[in-house]
Amino acid sequence: MSFEINGKTYETDEEGYLVNLSDWNEDAAKHLAVEEKVELTDQHWEVINFLREYYNDYQIAPAVRVLTKAIGKKLGPEKGNSKYLYELFPYGPAKQACKIAGLPKPTGCI
Amino acid sequence: MAHVKPYVADAQVQASVNYPGELVEDWHDKAISRMGELLGKYRSLRVFMDACVHCGACTDKCHYFIGTADPKNMPVARQELMRSVYRRYFTLPGKLVPGLVGAKDLTKEVLDDWFSYFHQCSECRRCSVFCPYGIDTAEVTMAAREILNTVGYGMKYTNQILAKVQKIGNNLGLPGPALEDTLSGLEEDIEMDTGVSVKMPIDVQGAEVLLVTPSADFFSEPHVESLIGYAKVFHQAGISWTLSSHASEAGNFGLFNGNYEQMRNIAMRIRQAALDLGVKRIIVGECGHAWRVAYAFWNTLTGIGAGGDDPFSIQLQKQLDPRYRQPMHICEFTHDLIKRGALNLDKEANDHRIVTYHDSCNVARASRMGDMPGGQFIIPREIIKAVANNFVDMPMDTIGERTFCCGGGGGVLTDDLLEVRVKGALPRMEALNQVKENNKVNFMATICAICKAQFTKVLPFYGFDMSMVGGVHQLVSDAIQLGTKE
Repeated sequence: MSFEINGKTYETDEEGYLVNLSDWNEDAAKHLAVEEKVELTDQHWEVINFLREYYNDYQIAPAVRVLTKAIGKKLGPEKGNSKYLYELFPYGPAKQACKIAGLPKPTGCI
Repeated sequence: MAHVKPYVADAQVQASVNYPGELVEDWHDKAISRMGELLGKYRSLRVFMDACVHCGACTDKCHYFIGTADPKNMPVARQELMRSVYRRYFTLPGKLVPGLVGAKDLTKEVLDDWFSYFHQCSECRRCSVFCPYGIDTAEVTMAAREILNTVGYGMKYTNQILAKVQKIGNNLGLPGPALEDTLSGLEEDIEMDTGVSVKMPIDVQGAEVLLVTPSADFFSEPHVESLIGYAKVFHQAGISWTLSSHASEAGNFGLFNGNYEQMRNIAMRIRQAALDLGVKRIIVGECGHAWRVAYAFWNTLTGIGAGGDDPFSIQLQKQLDPRYRQPMHICEFTHDLIKRGALNLDKEANDHRIVTYHDSCNVARASRMGDMPGGQFIIPREIIKAVANNFVDMPMDTIGERTFCCGGGGGVLTDDLLEVRVKGALPRMEALNQVKENNKVNFMATICAICKAQFTKVLPFYGFDMSMVGGVHQLVSDAIQLGTKE
């Protein structure tokens, strides 16, 4: 499976996650967000950018607590909780936000 | 119905767990040959193939049948998918007059049905409680999955996880540095909340206890709340403990696939960690099937547990403290401390909750806790009653050994089976609704990472808030009065 933007082809798996992490760019994120019915705002981008930075450092998406704490520091303590993240990414911050950020799907009992 | 089949594992995933990358050309012969091997190796499987008298006692006992109303989800029908093939190839009447005895050729269509319906079974064993012969559909499902995998027809979700745990040490694929970062963040959180410095030690040589817990406890909500609870219990009890980056997973999906080798490989990581760190005790966190594997299989798989008198077992037995049960469930550990008055608990801290308890299937029907029959039902409830003032059980036919699966066990906890998961949760949701309406229950405690993840996802489909589910040690965490006893 794949999608195309401006002549560039992005390969995805059957669940819509990018196959090649290095393919990701803002265009791809915007396309993936539309597929997920998520309208990207600055707050979404804060989360997406943090996910990518963390992944770059640790080769895994951050645990939910790590993410909420980081977002709380950036956007204010009232937003540092999973309820807020679910408002941004209704299917769940771990899976949906990772998909839009071009990261692999987290697996396990989650 | 959509979502009745999970995604098929691709060649890369299959290769990483040593199965053929795609359906092999001679799949028919290979499948029958593997089935013959399993029938020879597991006597139980042959008995289960032979013993059914079609009495119908199991038919309406499966949560997936109740939720989907698909007749192929009746336990007897699920077993029959394999039994009809068994008759055709392994019994004389089936070989001679297949049409008269319900014997069927293994066609591609039958194999596809296997793939679909043996992945709509969570191996919860509720049906076996009601079967007069004790036929265990879970074992049939495990055998079927092993046969499917052998011919290159594996399931993506489970096999991907099996690859990760054997490569990185946990189902999530959390590498050591990420784990350390996560744990130090949690230490900060606890200190901020309580003013007390509670440690989350990892890879500490010479610690008394090795704690093995599902990796979801590091990663997810509400799981992490229980991890914080375990840390607080160890802290107040003054018992040194450690996690292991090598064995950072309690769960063992090898069980789900009926693959002995992989189950052993995963369990061996825990033996190795115990030997390397020199611990005296091994304690298992809140994970349903992990406790089944630990309680029932670690003994022969890894030499953890009493009884073995071979050099392999003795090596570890010499190291572990014989005064304690090995392995021990975290609930047994905490319960024992509570009984001895070693924890200072303020029940009022949970007064905003009216709590019920969901028995997880593998704990309920495949293991025990403590030294009394039914301890696996009693001990978690006793802990809850020691840390909360308001506790109500759900209806009797939905708890204890008759508990309903959350709907996501046995490798079904994947997005591609979401519809099956939502429908399979129906009986539990009805029971929960009853105590919500009658007793104002607003919290369902459980001791399984899969149950927690599954309920978080499906509760909203039934109009409940996802935060209604959490761990038993989450309640302990809120009630424990740090700084008063240590």
